[in-house]
Amino acid sequence: MEKNNKIYFYPVWLRIWHGLNAIGIIALSITGYSMQSGVESSFIEFSTAVSVHNVAGVLVTLSYLLYLAGNLFTNNGKFYIVKPKGFLKRPMKQARYYIYGMFKGEKAPYPLSKNRKFNPLQKYTYIMVMYIVLPLTIFTGIALLFPELIIEEVYNLSGIFLTAVFHTALGFFIAIFLIIHLYIASIGKSPAENFKSIVSGWHHV
Amino acid sequence: MSTRLIFIIIIFFTTSLGLGAQSFYDDAKNHSCLKCHSFNVITFHNEVMGKDQKKLMNPYLIMDTLDLKTGVHQNFDCMDCHSYEYETYPHPANLKLEPMPSCLDCHGYDPTYATYQFEKIDEEFQKSVHAKIGDEIFSCESCHDQHTYRPTARNSERIMEIVEYSNGICLSCHDDMNRYESVAGHENPKIVQVHSWLPNQDLHFRNTRCIECHTTVVDSLMVSHNILPKTEAVRSCAKCHSGNSLLQASLYKYENLQARSANGALKTMLTNQSYVIGTNQSPVLKRILLIVFLMAVAGIIVHATFRILKK
Repeated sequence: MEKNNKIYFYPVWLRIWHGLNAIGIIALSITGYSMQSGVESSFIEFSTAVSVHNVAGVLVTLSYLLYLAGNLFTNNGKFYIVKPKGFLKRPMKQARYYIYGMFKGEKAPYPLSKNRKFNPLQKYTYIMVMYIVLPLTIFTGIALLFPELIIEEVYNLSGIFLTAVFHTALGFFIAIFLIIHLYIASIGKSPAENFKSIVSGWHHV
Repeated sequence: MSTRLIFIIIIFFTTSLGLGAQSFYDDAKNHSCLKCHSFNVITFHNEVMGKDQKKLMNPYLIMDTLDLKTGVHQNFDCMDCHSYEYETYPHPANLKLEPMPSCLDCHGYDPTYATYQFEKIDEEFQKSVHAKIGDEIFSCESCHDQHTYRPTARNSERIMEIVEYSNGICLSCHDDMNRYESVAGHENPKIVQVHSWLPNQDLHFRNTRCIECHTTVVDSLMVSHNILPKTEAVRSCAKCHSGNSLLQASLYKYENLQARSANGALKTMLTNQSYVIGTNQSPVLKRILLIVFLMAVAGIIVHATFRILKK
């Protein structure tokens, strides 16, 4: 769909997923950080933080299933396909634009269109976060909810300990992604433009 | 100097003349008390029947001579505390009814023992469930047998030994149907069963003292003696497994022990077991993540500044 320089980028299911995911990830990051600070220095009461973290974790897992289904059964999945041609060159070009070109008044090298929802750098980041980091975080999170699933010892180190450390590190990178994601989203026609799009579904080209 | 101290010095002096560095308990067979009280079977002359007789010793009254020699009161002989009249057998019946001195009778309000804080211990003990049983059934010696007690928490360099010794004291009643019932009036709960909620039960039992969760922590006291009712015992993992925790406040806070354990056994124990919660998961990782976070924030600030300037 396309009208008045606007493309219908974000269908309803995607906006629902994105909304649930956003709420979940924000809750997980805040409670996760709070728990990591220990019992006494945590700013959220410890047991509350644990409960919220568990509930939000389940929410993100369920919304992730919606995301997977959406990308499998609609044509939204095609936006995640990487072309071998210019595998490194294309994201580098986009990075150069962010670091240098945009300040020189250059045009975006990969303007968004009906067939290109993500610029190459964005695409790579999303693939990494959505298909590698988040699933691993979900797996380790489920393992921590059901610790009997975890190998007891790995070279003398507790499996639960390793899983917890790995889960924390992964969660941390998702939180970093969130910060950068929010900032880059402010690089649009106007700083608020992209935020409006993800709510309405229509992207201003 | 207190008269008590003078008395003790006199005892030391007179005994050291006769025995040198030897202990009272070296030769049990020829010791007037231990010749019976350290053996399962005793032989005595029955004057009524006019013959020697053999009899089984009451197992609760058998002394372990090795424990006697290492106990806190190793420099005292039996008669220093017990009546001389015990030398006759059968012992006069009224002797059993006489009150025996308890810790505070000798150690209370005496500057010589100030470091042990007997008065404070007593104050804490009076608040405990044990004291509340009433009728003065409970006394110091219910847990700290004066004959054999060793202050392992002060003297031992091995945490496992401290834990085992301390827990042994609790289990001597709580895992002994007869002893428990004689005080509580009902059967003892099964330790493993009532702690079934505790993850890694075996590890906890081997590495943690019962009192860690079952007493209030008093920082100024080495060992708190306020044993809590079971409903107030610590049941939250995070209370111990976190940065600023109860663990640090009690057994594991003793830095001297930490420094002494040359092989770092304590450190190993703290980091090796399921530390899911808390800041001490991995300090290195924490630092790396902090650097990444600061870099990301700095990058955004610099980028945003340029965007505003170049507008």
